[in-house]
Amino acid sequence: MEHIVIIGNGIAGVTAARHVRKLSDKKITLISAETDYFFSRTALMYVYMGHMKFEHTQPYENWFWKKNRLNLVKGYVSKVDPQNKKLVLADGNSVSYDKLILATGSKPNKFGWPGQDLDGVQGLYSKQDLDSLEKNAPNKNICKRAVIVGGGLIGIEMAEMLRSRDIPVTFLVREKSFWNGVLPSGESQMINEHIQEHHIDLRLDTNLVEIIADENGRAKAVLTDKGDTVECNVVGLTAGVSPNVDFLKDSGIALGRGVKVNRMLETNIKDVYAIGDCAEQHEAIGNRRPIEAVWYTGRMMGETLAQTLCGNPTEYNPGHWFNSAKFLDVEYQTYGWVFGERGMKEYEQHFHWRHATEKICITIAFNKDTEQFLGINTFGVRMRHEIFDRWLTEEREIDYVMEHLKDANFDPEFYAQYEQEIIQKYNAELGTSLRVKKRNWKRIFEKI
Amino acid sequence: MNTMDKSMSLTGQPPKALNTGQKLATLIGMSGLGILVLNLFNLDFENSGLWLSIALIAIFAGVVWFSKAAYAHKEKGIKNDGVWFKSISSRGVLAWIAGIALTGFYVVLYFYPQYLGLVKDGENTGVIALFDPLSKLLSGNPASQWFVYGTLYTVAILAFGIKFMWKYRHNRYEKIRTVSVMFFQTAFAFIIPEIMARLNGDLPYYDLKNMWPLNYYNFERYRINGFIENGNIGLAMLIFGILSIFVISPILTYKYGKRWYCSWVCGCGALAETAGDSFRQLSDKSKFAWNVERWVVHSVVVFVTLMTTAVIYSYLGNDSSKYWLTKSTFLIGVASILTLVFAWVMIFKRQELQKDAKYGAIGYFTIIIVLIGMHVFSGEGNIFLFKSESLRKTYSFLIGSIFSGVIGTGFYPIFGNRVWCRFGCPMAAILGFQQRLFSKFRITTNGGQCISCGNCSTYCEMGIDVRAYAQKGENIVRSSCVGCGICSAVCPRGVLKLENGPQKGRINPTEVLLGNDVDLMDLVNDK
Repeated sequence: MEHIVIIGNGIAGVTAARHVRKLSDKKITLISAETDYFFSRTALMYVYMGHMKFEHTQPYENWFWKKNRLNLVKGYVSKVDPQNKKLVLADGNSVSYDKLILATGSKPNKFGWPGQDLDGVQGLYSKQDLDSLEKNAPNKNICKRAVIVGGGLIGIEMAEMLRSRDIPVTFLVREKSFWNGVLPSGESQMINEHIQEHHIDLRLDTNLVEIIADENGRAKAVLTDKGDTVECNVVGLTAGVSPNVDFLKDSGIALGRGVKVNRMLETNIKDVYAIGDCAEQHEAIGNRRPIEAVWYTGRMMGETLAQTLCGNPTEYNPGHWFNSAKFLDVEYQTYGWVFGERGMKEYEQHFHWRHATEKICITIAFNKDTEQFLGINTFGVRMRHEIFDRWLTEEREIDYVMEHLKDANFDPEFYAQYEQEIIQKYNAELGTSLRVKKRNWKRIFEKI
Repeated sequence: MNTMDKSMSLTGQPPKALNTGQKLATLIGMSGLGILVLNLFNLDFENSGLWLSIALIAIFAGVVWFSKAAYAHKEKGIKNDGVWFKSISSRGVLAWIAGIALTGFYVVLYFYPQYLGLVKDGENTGVIALFDPLSKLLSGNPASQWFVYGTLYTVAILAFGIKFMWKYRHNRYEKIRTVSVMFFQTAFAFIIPEIMARLNGDLPYYDLKNMWPLNYYNFERYRINGFIENGNIGLAMLIFGILSIFVISPILTYKYGKRWYCSWVCGCGALAETAGDSFRQLSDKSKFAWNVERWVVHSVVVFVTLMTTAVIYSYLGNDSSKYWLTKSTFLIGVASILTLVFAWVMIFKRQELQKDAKYGAIGYFTIIIVLIGMHVFSGEGNIFLFKSESLRKTYSFLIGSIFSGVIGTGFYPIFGNRVWCRFGCPMAAILGFQQRLFSKFRITTNGGQCISCGNCSTYCEMGIDVRAYAQKGENIVRSSCVGCGICSAVCPRGVLKLENGPQKGRINPTEVLLGNDVDLMDLVNDK
């Protein structure tokens, strides 16, 4: 029986395993050094905040693995030997495979800052990182202040976590406005305000220069490029992640920043595949980046590869871009492409609306020449994925989208709706006279 | 608060201290409770009306102030910080103390009301006497243990309802729903029946929003007689009681799902949603619990149907010239209705039930066989060898008291806040059956946005593994869902939406989420 070995038990590896099991009887082994069972990495923050216990982050009960004949091996793969189709584990054991799937995920970036390896300095990615945070910052008496370096999604989540235990947080962001490499300025500005509402000491346009150690080799302060010294007990390094592929250096598997794969998710070596955060496309797909450390792309690559491995060769073909996040209390969703100022295309025009008092706003991108709808960012408003996916496929014009915005609203019942206000602003700015169409179930479900 | 068991969380626990406002609020609330406890020991207070007012206001004010101190200074949004670190909400010492105290209270309430001061044919004493002035004000009668319970129940729903609205003040669905349960409890369950009792002294006490089989006693001889003897009002109430189960509730459930009842109207639901909100994360989500739930709750339905039939059967006559409804007409009627429902389900809805259909079939055949048995073998008032009255007493004891009260509410801090609704309520099971089969209600999941974080499952009070559906992009169409809306509220990615939409496409067992190219989706869904 063919033996498929998967390194990594995150969403990519586990999805691949589940789908291979659905489609075949192959022998499947999942190897991970991180945890015994699959858990949702994105939920680690809620464990620290006390919303959930760690076991709540596990999507499957513990009996699931045995029942579905998915062998779990707890161990750290130190070496891959594709010549002999063999893996060497750190404890000296070896595992042989017929097909190998690399799904090893990411590790937090470190940019060679002085003091980046001191005690009390950490990233936030793995279960082990969560355990160290619990040790480094159990409460506000032991951790009198934390400094977070890096203005992205993990940074703001870490700030929220620490604030949930009333720990003072200083948040160093390299950009002039939070996450403005991705977000258009109006949105980025709104999140800046929201961060400050949560009593987080947000310092924009500020870089870390050095982490200063105390006599025991623990971080005791950071020095910024503005010349400030901030005393702290914990430093969170959250300046992005990169593929976790160091152990593959001598394996002969072609590496870039991640494991190089083609659209079939194959590496340069036969019977070795890579999926998820650690996989790097030779050519970016559309506007996507070659490496996408996103939950759902890991899942989709797992599904796709399972098809290939079970006799139905399938290219990885992600559909329209979408994503979501939560900034403290504000939910964010995006469908299609809305670029921040830096990445904006020359044909791209934005329409932005923001609520007068609440932290609610939307930005819609469209092509100023053809009026084609390109994408939408929403903050504090939920939108229906299917609808935007369809509108993007149908290449709808911006006016159509504006008129039918109610079809796409996904907020809970009785929520205030803002389509009227939004379209008024749109009409005023673009000289149109569009009217909001009432929500229509038939249109919403026409494709089912 | 620092006596928590360190092993409760894998990551260790920060102390969750109360702020000053919360400490003072606790003092006030506890002093109100203290007055009630002192009365329990028959320390008779002069001027009981005044002391009762002080006690109830203190309890109410304590809870409201506590909530204000907990939430008012925070940004609006989901604030479940530290839920699993607090002793009371993570099955710690406080939870066990609360659970045991509540259970003890229920045992005394149901079985030993004399210890609360209930005196038959005489002046009440103790804590019940304290409630006499309020009871006399409303209905003109002295208080009973049920009046004491009803008053405290209502105060709890109102006070914790305010807490709930504070906590979820960013969410209009939750606010409106909570106003609804607070209203129905205060008006329909508490005040209206008391006033009706005052106006029509011999009309059975009737909480109009409470329908069979939740009020399994509604068609008993004494009540039917009570209704009939009270002329048009009584007759109207009797007809309303029948319509509510056969007409009103199916229509509303078709349109809105069973949530219109379970989390907007029902008193048990009202307590679970307000006072029980701190315990929703404790419900067991394992598959084992789900299996137990299905067997237990449906057995209760079978039992309650049989029992009610037997009770009505027992007081009907045999002579059709006296009254058209005789023992045999009635049994044939019941059997026909059940057969119609069963046949309709098996013909039109079999695909949707799949393997659960066999549970339905087992239940149906059990009832029919027993009905036939009743017809053939039973003498006056007997079902086989049992008196129908002893059957009713058994139900009333096991289900009506032990399950709905003692375990259902007493164990909130241990098993979560919907134990009764989930495992025991026959009404919830019947509405759930309707919801599953012919409602427009579902929880829609949003394309591929789910990150499997598990907030939805953790905070589902009915123990539904919401995530299992959400991460597959599958609509959630479950009998047990009461539509409280919390899964949607706690979802950090906006994946879940409670929705009354078209029935077409409502059940969509997809396996691949939106995001991949369409061919792959077709491929996997086709298999």
